Amino acid sequence: MSQLEIWSMLSVFVLSTFIGFEVVRGVSRLLHTPLMSLTNAISAIAVVGSIIIAGEQKSTLATVLGTVAVAASMTNIVSGFLITDRMLKMFKKPGSGAS
Amino acid sequence: MIDNLIQLAYLLAAVLFIFSLKWLSHPTTARRGVAAGVAAMALAVGGTLLHHEIVSYEWIAAAFVVGTIVGVPLSWVPLTAVPQRTALSHAFGGLAVGLVGTAKYTLWLGEDGQLTTFRMAAISAEVILGFLTFTGSLMAAGKLQEVLPTRPIVYKGQNLVNLALLAIAVFSAVYLVYDPTRWQLFPVIVVLALLFGILLIIPIGGADMPTVISLLNSYAGLAAVAMGFVLENRLLITAGALDGSSGFILSVIMCRAMNRSFTNVLFGAFGQVQTAAAAAEQKTYKAATLEDAKQILETASLVVIVPGYGMAVSQAQHRVRELADILSRQGTDVRFAIHPVAGRMPGHMNVLLAEADVPYDKLVEMDDINPDMPQCDVCLVIGANDVVNPAARHDKSSPIYGMPIIDADKAKACLAIKRTMNPGFAGIDNELYYADRTLMVFGDAKGVIGGIVSAFKGGGGH
Repeated sequence: MSQLEIWSMLSVFVLSTFIGFEVVRGVSRLLHTPLMSLTNAISAIAVVGSIIIAGEQKSTLATVLGTVAVAASMTNIVSGFLITDRMLKMFKKPGSGAS
Repeated sequence: MIDNLIQLAYLLAAVLFIFSLKWLSHPTTARRGVAAGVAAMALAVGGTLLHHEIVSYEWIAAAFVVGTIVGVPLSWVPLTAVPQRTALSHAFGGLAVGLVGTAKYTLWLGEDGQLTTFRMAAISAEVILGFLTFTGSLMAAGKLQEVLPTRPIVYKGQNLVNLALLAIAVFSAVYLVYDPTRWQLFPVIVVLALLFGILLIIPIGGADMPTVISLLNSYAGLAAVAMGFVLENRLLITAGALDGSSGFILSVIMCRAMNRSFTNVLFGAFGQVQTAAAAAEQKTYKAATLEDAKQILETASLVVIVPGYGMAVSQAQHRVRELADILSRQGTDVRFAIHPVAGRMPGHMNVLLAEADVPYDKLVEMDDINPDMPQCDVCLVIGANDVVNPAARHDKSSPIYGMPIIDADKAKACLAIKRTMNPGFAGIDNELYYADRTLMVFGDAKGVIGGIVSAFKGGGGH
């Protein structure tokens, strides 16, 4: 891996963090709980790395570890998106609620 | 060709993840945000499955099935249990990252020249962050579910022990970076990271959970970033950074809402101050019956309801909404004042009240409601404690001095629903309860609100 590669990854990290700050700052305080469950699901992007480890089958140990990692990430993806949507459905527009 | 396709899928996924968070800026667009997130994840997973390194799909498919079987029921938990579900999923996230780091190390150890200084440093960061997030979040989930004691457990020299453990782990990691073939150090790092996660959460009490959950959220994101550096995958770096910055912002908001610093939350448990506060002299308070409460509410034109963790514990949100409906129907303006740290995670009260069909324009933030508090006829405090304690404004000796509060004491009258007169979780006496304008209604939040509701319905049958 070249030095340039490392710098390019660091740039991606720093710029993404800034985007994250800006975007999350705009998230309504009403929705901080759904925000957390949504970012939970998003950080389960670790599934990408886990899939390759589990699928390339280079050693039994690595395959087992990778498979457990895929299962753990998949749990977060499924439950994270489902519960976020479930919560967001509950936020009723003004005037549409009972009161 | 296929490599370009995969990279394109990753790039689109990164863009969609950013939109996913952006659309959470307002409840009307928020569900679109989830759809964007799902699409992004589908692209990312789909693209990854095309990788030519993958020789077998059986294990992956089996893991998908297991993850779905576990994940679906986890999304059905009652909303009061959302904090522990969130903590649990941080644990899963940390575990996945830590395991991939371990697998990568064992694979590269067997090949010459793979464990470069940069890779080894990234793997160390990945493994330490991943495993400490794993056990730390499990501990947090255990405390929230109350299978573990929720009171802070403190002992002498605790911070010293914790920091020493972390120092040894980091020192081992540095040594391993210098000489990656010293594989004996790797399990040492893993065990120390696991241990550090446990010890870090032991001294933290329930009232600090919103900050801790946010912080663990941030760690889980940073762990994914470290994994991205190890695997040279920019999508992982982007998505992890989004999660990391989100958790960080939430932690800062929570800390500000308690007027405390990160170090103070992590290393300065509330536990020590309990005995000092308990020595307060005997003070008098006024108790009210359900009928009294009903009469006071009946004549009010502006009622502000301050919900706290007590409302969540007794699942009183539906009864509270019923009461709010009755009051609104007779022309009373009813609003809910939401303190940022009310409950056990950021935004907890909003979700609970939304579940009970309270429209979101009735949920008002602390800073927006406080200027209206002097005009408020009745402030109804339901299971909230520290967030309405006026001592935070003037009593320099109080552990919560300086914390921004909802000005319940400035309302013309205050009704406080509480189980007993015992001081709350932090063990701090609340002078609001002894104020002239405050009436105490004792009992479980659900029972009391239900009682007031039936007093309204039955025309004073209690």
